[in-house]
Amino acid sequence: MTLTVDTLTVWMDKFGNKIGENKQYLSDLDTPIGDGDHGFNMDRGMTAVKEKLSSKPENVTDGLKNIAMALISTVGGASGPLYGTAFLEMAKKSSSTTDLGELLDAALKGIEMRGGANPGDKTMVDVWDKLVPEVKDGTLTEDKITAAVEATKDMVAKKGRASYLGERSKGHIDPGSQSSGYLFEAMLETEGLL
Amino acid sequence: MSYGLTIVSHVPEIAEGLPKLLKQVAKDVPMTTAGGTNDGEIGTSMEKIMKAFEDNAANEILAFYDLGSAKMNLEMAMEMSTKKVHLYDTALIEGVYTAASLLQAGVGLDEVEAQLKPLTIKD
Repeated sequence: MTLTVDTLTVWMDKFGNKIGENKQYLSDLDTPIGDGDHGFNMDRGMTAVKEKLSSKPENVTDGLKNIAMALISTVGGASGPLYGTAFLEMAKKSSSTTDLGELLDAALKGIEMRGGANPGDKTMVDVWDKLVPEVKDGTLTEDKITAAVEATKDMVAKKGRASYLGERSKGHIDPGSQSSGYLFEAMLETEGLL
Repeated sequence: MSYGLTIVSHVPEIAEGLPKLLKQVAKDVPMTTAGGTNDGEIGTSMEKIMKAFEDNAANEILAFYDLGSAKMNLEMAMEMSTKKVHLYDTALIEGVYTAASLLQAGVGLDEVEAQLKPLTIKD
């Protein structure tokens, strides 16, 4: 459960690959209920992250901070500040602990603070809120990730671009929840991280 | 004049266009803008917003934005800026136009904020 420079690098590499492979799908999810750019924005961000991590950071805090700054300055949409804040809060927390569960707790608080969303608002908070406790309990599985992402489908959006659609936002998976799902999947697939 | 305006929009042309309207009623109010991403695409940029704060001749800024994610970048820029920045959740054009007119007339911040209140449409 300890985050190291090596596991962080592998985790981000896997996350970046998933975003790259699914950028069209993520943007397609974003088309009916958003501005259709989530996948491309995230892919631009993760390409910048990979570039930053190609020279090995001195410690976990530096690594997390570099990831945050790369996302904040390249993503452009709402996901830049949201993912950026998540990694920035993890960076801050990492000066006192490198326990992944605690870092993710700090990240979730940061996302909630930045976006002002609550569980049930059909945002990435829904996925993080369900899965962070699973990480802490050592019970995260692929199925739980899928279930958390799919659960956003029937929600009515209260935050973000989809909220302008009101009831019509129902029936679509929230794109930020889907990309967050990939982040947790990448966590599962990173040896020695969980 | 001690107060200035900063306008943040997802679209560079929206951000650059608004001062044309505002200058008609507020030629002496310092205004700076941050429109689009660093690549000039649709979106907002924390760096551009920081620069708009710094470039503004005023040392206290009233900031206005168009849609949600602009607010997030604005808030991050505010946390990093050394200037005092007030953020308003008003309808963009009506809000910034109201503030510009009142600042030009030399009205104090309290009065400006009282007039902005009914224009609030975002939470």
